[in-house]
Amino acid sequence: MAALAHLRRGFVQIAFVVLGIAIINFFLLRLAPGDAAQVMAGEAGSATPEYMAALRRQFGLDQPLHVQFFSYLKNVLTLNLGYSFRQGLPVSELIAHRVGPTLLLMGASIGFAITVGGTLGFLAARHAGKAADTIISILALLFYATPVFWVGVMLVVVFSVALDWLPVGGMITIEAGHTGLAYAWDVAQHLVLPTLTLGLFYLAIYTRLMRASMLEVYGQDFVRTARAKGVRAHRIAVRHVLRNALLPIVTTLGVQLGSVLGGAILVETVFSWPGLGRLAFEALFQRDLNLLLGILFCSSIVVVLINLAVDVIYTLLDPRISLGGTP
Amino acid sequence: MSEPVLQVRRLNVGFASRGRVTPAVRDLSFSVKAGETLAIVGESGSGKSLTAFALLGLVPPPGVVSGEAIALEGRNLIGLPEKRLREVRGARIAMIFQEPMTALNPVLTIGEQIMEVILEHERVSPRAAKARALELLAQVRIPDAERRFHDYPHRLSGGMRQRVVIAMALACAPAVLVADEPTTALDVTIQAQILDLIDTLKREHGTAVVLITHDLGVVAEHADRVLVLYAGRKVEERAARDLFAAPLHPYTRGLIAARPRLGGRGAVRARLTEIPGTVPGLAAMPDGCAFAPRCPVAEAACTLALPPLVPAGTGSVACLRVGDIHAAEPERLSVVHA
Ligand SMILES: Nc1ncnc2c1ncn2[C@@H]1O[C@H](COP(=O)(O)OP(=O)(O)OP(=O)(O)O)[C@@H](O)[C@H]1O
Ligand code: SF4
Ligand SMILES: [Mg+2]
Repeated sequence: MAALAHLRRGFVQIAFVVLGIAIINFFLLRLAPGDAAQVMAGEAGSATPEYMAALRRQFGLDQPLHVQFFSYLKNVLTLNLGYSFRQGLPVSELIAHRVGPTLLLMGASIGFAITVGGTLGFLAARHAGKAADTIISILALLFYATPVFWVGVMLVVVFSVALDWLPVGGMITIEAGHTGLAYAWDVAQHLVLPTLTLGLFYLAIYTRLMRASMLEVYGQDFVRTARAKGVRAHRIAVRHVLRNALLPIVTTLGVQLGSVLGGAILVETVFSWPGLGRLAFEALFQRDLNLLLGILFCSSIVVVLINLAVDVIYTLLDPRISLGGTP
Repeated sequence: MSEPVLQVRRLNVGFASRGRVTPAVRDLSFSVKAGETLAIVGESGSGKSLTAFALLGLVPPPGVVSGEAIALEGRNLIGLPEKRLREVRGARIAMIFQEPMTALNPVLTIGEQIMEVILEHERVSPRAAKARALELLAQVRIPDAERRFHDYPHRLSGGMRQRVVIAMALACAPAVLVADEPTTALDVTIQAQILDLIDTLKREHGTAVVLITHDLGVVAEHADRVLVLYAGRKVEERAARDLFAAPLHPYTRGLIAARPRLGGRGAVRARLTEIPGTVPGLAAMPDGCAFAPRCPVAEAACTLALPPLVPAGTGSVACLRVGDIHAAEPERLSVVHA
């Protein structure tokens, strides 16, 4: 029942966060010069004042700001995110199409970064001060310092252009029309390079974090107790040190999700990955306000939800924290 | 009496830095018999904990252990490969630490942590290990063992956690139990309970106990023999009764004089810092007797050469003037000659 209380509290938090984000999103974007009517009129090539006024009236852009805001808020709460004039589709439909690929890319990248980075950090800490540690630490520093887009371009040059092992971009081979397993395999192949590009940077972070975290735990009293009990070294590393070292990793994961989403925009653009990031990128350049607001709104919800999940994982890992809040 | 289960001969522990080894424990020899409690006393930095860790082969780098022998049930632990040492640790020689609050892993239940020792050293089924762990919890007087078994350490008080640590230490019925200030972090009332528990279990299992403490009240009540450490060297070792009746080394005399009251539970317990002056730094150890700068009866000869350990009654003492001290207080020292 404590878990239920925790979840309920989580959802109240979500409500507030979402409201705050909606407010900020709305006003930030309205502050920018130029509105959708101008952009659309510009594209259509007939920017007569009458046409502009008609457009504005049609989409409520002539209303006072607070009226626009309240209608926006009402729509948001009913999950009606408006209509994208540019794409000629409802925003929620556009987002629904794109959120899957983005979650896939983020999940794959973080999964890759945590498993591989965690393992490398674990090995580095197990062999602290030895050659393996040095090599891993240098590699981590290298990945950490290399710009993400450069890694992306280089991976494409090597694996797609030169070796022709993997596709250059996109998520599926459209003309192939795969279904079932063949489809999954096709997507997986397309996923490799974007995942590596986005994941390598975080891999570096998790390698360093895991190493530092493990070494810190190694210095704690209960590890000495385990040694005094005669527990063998690898069991101390896994059972006693690793389990405690995971706690800061999980915390960092929660903190970093927003930035992973930001990174996804870049990577999706480089690899023409049909995700939210690229959609946001297009919306930004086309001043597609409704779409942009909708994307920001949805990605905030995604981040908050994943954070809630991370909280739950944390409470599962650390018995000192009970789900009810105060112990 | 029985043969000693633990015999330490000329143990040296030092710290290596820049190619030099700074000694911290020097030429230390002692032995403990089954069922006997040897107390090691000395002020902060005298090398008590280092000695304890050396016994288990747990001195952390840059510490260096050398010497003739740490003979545990006839097997020399010095120079034993890590693999063999690990088999001994927790099984034949076990340790209790000063800080019960941090000595247990916060993410494992106490049951898991007790079972771990058993499963690590013995070929028994998890079910049998669990039964043993429950038995141990009862033995260390943890009420409601069945329920406590599944508790995480943060749910237990300091005293309860120390009981769990004791249960882990005794899980494989070790020949030697090393307790490094096992009660310093606990309330006075809990201290007495924990020490009584160690005594009881020691008697039941015939365990040899090395009890490290600052607290002479604890020594008087629980120790059979006392070893006084000063700046990494043994300066006196005697039967507890004799040592308290007639301390020989000026340092020991200072310690006992500085104590407000002997025995008596809850009495004000003096830390061993009441003698004027401080222990010389490890790197700047003077020639001759290390206690000379603080010794009220020091003479010129004391700074020339190291005073040798000489037999004295039920033990030994390292002081050049021990003969004069005898002469000054013959009636108090009669025990020594008996
Ligand atoms: N890593 C280290 N490097 C150098 N010297 C050390 C190191 N660890 C301990 N020492 C020194 O070894 C000496 C003995 O330390 P030890 O911890 O055994 O003292 P102790 O008698 O247990 O003191 P306390 O009563 O404070 O626990 C001290 O002088 C200390 O400064
Ligand atoms: S040898 Fe000298 S200085 Fe050292 S304790 Fe004895 S009398 Fe004091
Ligand atoms: Mg100590």
